[in-house]
Amino acid sequence: MKKNELPLHHVSLGEKVIIKKLDTNESIKRRLLDMGMVEGTEVECALVSPFGDPKAYFIRGALIAIRNSDASSILVERVKEEAK
Amino acid sequence: MKKRTQQLPYKKIGLAGNPNVGKSTIFNALTGLKQHTGNWPGKTVSNASGSYFYHDKEYAIYDLPGTYSLIAHSKEEECARDFVCFENHDGIVIICDAVCLERNLNLVLQTLEITRNAVVVVNLMDEAKKKGIKIDLEKLSFLLGVPVVGTTARSGEGLQELQEKVENISNNQSSAIKIHYSNEIEGAISIVERVLVHKINEKYNARWLALKLLDSDESLIKSIKQYLDKDLLKDEELNKALQDAKGYLSKHHIAIKDLKNKIVSTIILKAELIAKSTVSFEKQDYQKKDRKIDRWITNRYTGIPLMIILLMLVFWITISFANYPSDLLFSFFSHLETYLLSFFKYLSFPSWLIGLLIDGVYRVLTWVISVMLPPMAIFFPLFTLLEDLGYLPRVAFNLDKGFRKCNACGKQALTMCMGFGCNAVGVVGCRIIDSPRERMIAMLTNVFVPCNGRFPTIIAIITMFFVGFQNDIRSSLLNVILLTVTILIGILMTFLMSYILSKTLLKGIPSSFTLELPPYRKPQVFKVIVQSIFNRTLSILGRAVVSAIPAGILIWVLANLKIQDVSILSHITSFLNPIGALMGLDGAILMGFLLGFPANEIVIPIILMIYLSNGSLVEFDNLLALREILVANGWTFLTAINTILFSLMHFPCATTCLTIRKETKSWKWTFLSIMIPLVAGVFICCTITFIVRLLNLI
Repeated sequence: MKKNELPLHHVSLGEKVIIKKLDTNESIKRRLLDMGMVEGTEVECALVSPFGDPKAYFIRGALIAIRNSDASSILVERVKEEAK
Repeated sequence: MKKRTQQLPYKKIGLAGNPNVGKSTIFNALTGLKQHTGNWPGKTVSNASGSYFYHDKEYAIYDLPGTYSLIAHSKEEECARDFVCFENHDGIVIICDAVCLERNLNLVLQTLEITRNAVVVVNLMDEAKKKGIKIDLEKLSFLLGVPVVGTTARSGEGLQELQEKVENISNNQSSAIKIHYSNEIEGAISIVERVLVHKINEKYNARWLALKLLDSDESLIKSIKQYLDKDLLKDEELNKALQDAKGYLSKHHIAIKDLKNKIVSTIILKAELIAKSTVSFEKQDYQKKDRKIDRWITNRYTGIPLMIILLMLVFWITISFANYPSDLLFSFFSHLETYLLSFFKYLSFPSWLIGLLIDGVYRVLTWVISVMLPPMAIFFPLFTLLEDLGYLPRVAFNLDKGFRKCNACGKQALTMCMGFGCNAVGVVGCRIIDSPRERMIAMLTNVFVPCNGRFPTIIAIITMFFVGFQNDIRSSLLNVILLTVTILIGILMTFLMSYILSKTLLKGIPSSFTLELPPYRKPQVFKVIVQSIFNRTLSILGRAVVSAIPAGILIWVLANLKIQDVSILSHITSFLNPIGALMGLDGAILMGFLLGFPANEIVIPIILMIYLSNGSLVEFDNLLALREILVANGWTFLTAINTILFSLMHFPCATTCLTIRKETKSWKWTFLSIMIPLVAGVFICCTITFIVRLLNLI
């Protein structure tokens, strides 16, 4: 894993990231693709449920809940801070 | 799909769209039918069809299941895809949510790849406007190459225009957008398409089928076999073309397994491009209000308490507002009874007939109307309002971790909520769960949530034995708390049984889970109230009537046919008595549950009938009098607790059992769905009775 890269479920509330790779099994992959989660898509972690799992992400205008076990195999990259 | 009886030539139109974009609302508005609608994905689980007339032409509308894509991986998606692809239709109406158009365009583009006869509807324009989202419909129509209509289906805005556009496309094809894939993929497609075009009817889209054959989409290949009535894969020429095309792809370093990703990505990026040039946001933070509410509703500390408070609030409104009409109806019917009685005597009816009509049929009916109906008529619309608002998916979101721990699906929370209305509806709703294992768990445990036919019984017993009859805030609050505790026990049992099932009969690991949390929408209060009272409440009442009459007659006959001077009914109840005693109940109560199998609403009136059948006719005009009858027949607080728990956990009603049989296609699972709550209920009642007696509490 490169610097700046992390699995999706580690993204903190309100943080925006870019999808780098879907490293999941076929069935969940298709679901995620249906939601528009292709490489390069911007995703924001919008909600965390009371027990910390699942979390809801803002993807292409929709709010989608994904379990941490599924999100752990989605590799994302932090959006670089523009100030630097 | 339904067979049509009329032989008139008509146009066949399919309604497609993502889940929860207002498809059912548009369907209802167009056809005048009354599909139940609600703000959560997967509401429409079975196909409906209806029709309307426009310019003297009949249009038959098929409401396809809501899907995110046509790359079928569930039954619903397969069904929608097969309609679009193979059904001999005159056009597809694709409905989109204006608030998140980009995601919806994915399905639009996938549909336009298959058919050119399409109209795109951008629904919920009012919601978008409120959120400051502007959509350039003309440009969208230009880019997609098909007519686009903006609608607000709830108020009927834009529907006229939609009918006009549907008329147009059913007569002329439009020049829909063509998706261009990379040159390598296009090359491979054309190798297959060239051959395929001669093998199939021209009404099918050879280019798209070629792409799917290349992608070796198994479910589609199955459908091709079924609809085209030939096995294309046995065609040598076509197989050779497919081999050539695959060779061509691998020469260009594209593995077949990556093909699907490339296809999907191309479409999604195209959707993104179209959305970017047609949608503009006036406020960047248009989601802010929703997010703020959501932060509270899903918060670690407030999420679950808010859920329980909301549940209690719904119960509180139900109980306090049901009280008054309930009392009124009760005394009205008992007055009427006196008149009826003297009227029947005036007509000199034989006493057995009067007994049958009054003690049997009349009392069961008036019980259902005065005790059961008012809470139902209040609870059901309230719950529908929560549903319309979009709260239920948040419940699923909050509770998912619990279901995951039980190796079940978070969407089970949604089907559980549907169970509050009616368990049979809840069982059908389990279709929204993709994994067959998790769906089975949800179906088998649905009955642990008390339906509309059971919780008024629970309220009545709580009132009679634990709260009393003062009409003040304190007692209604106590009532609400006890009812909520009962419901929470039911929910706890749902989790427990799901866990046990997933460790024994339905072993497996939780499958993947994605759930869309829709934006909050303002519920249509008036419409909800009218519809739930007229559609739901009256239908439940009808069912109760239909089952009350034969049950009433049966009880009366059993009570009056005597063997050795003792009625058959007494024989049966004394036979059941020892079993009942073990559970802290008695034979009459068990008989009540058994005869209440067709409809749970009639359990308590049957129990009363049994108690009264041996004595003289007792007048009762309120719950207080009822309590006295019950106490005179040996009821204690233990009997009350156990009756409540047994009402929560016994066997599903007849309708639910038949529904489970239909959904599982198996008598074995249906039998299990009866045994699971029954065993749980008997076990819990016996344990409580044992403990209470051991401690000498009564």
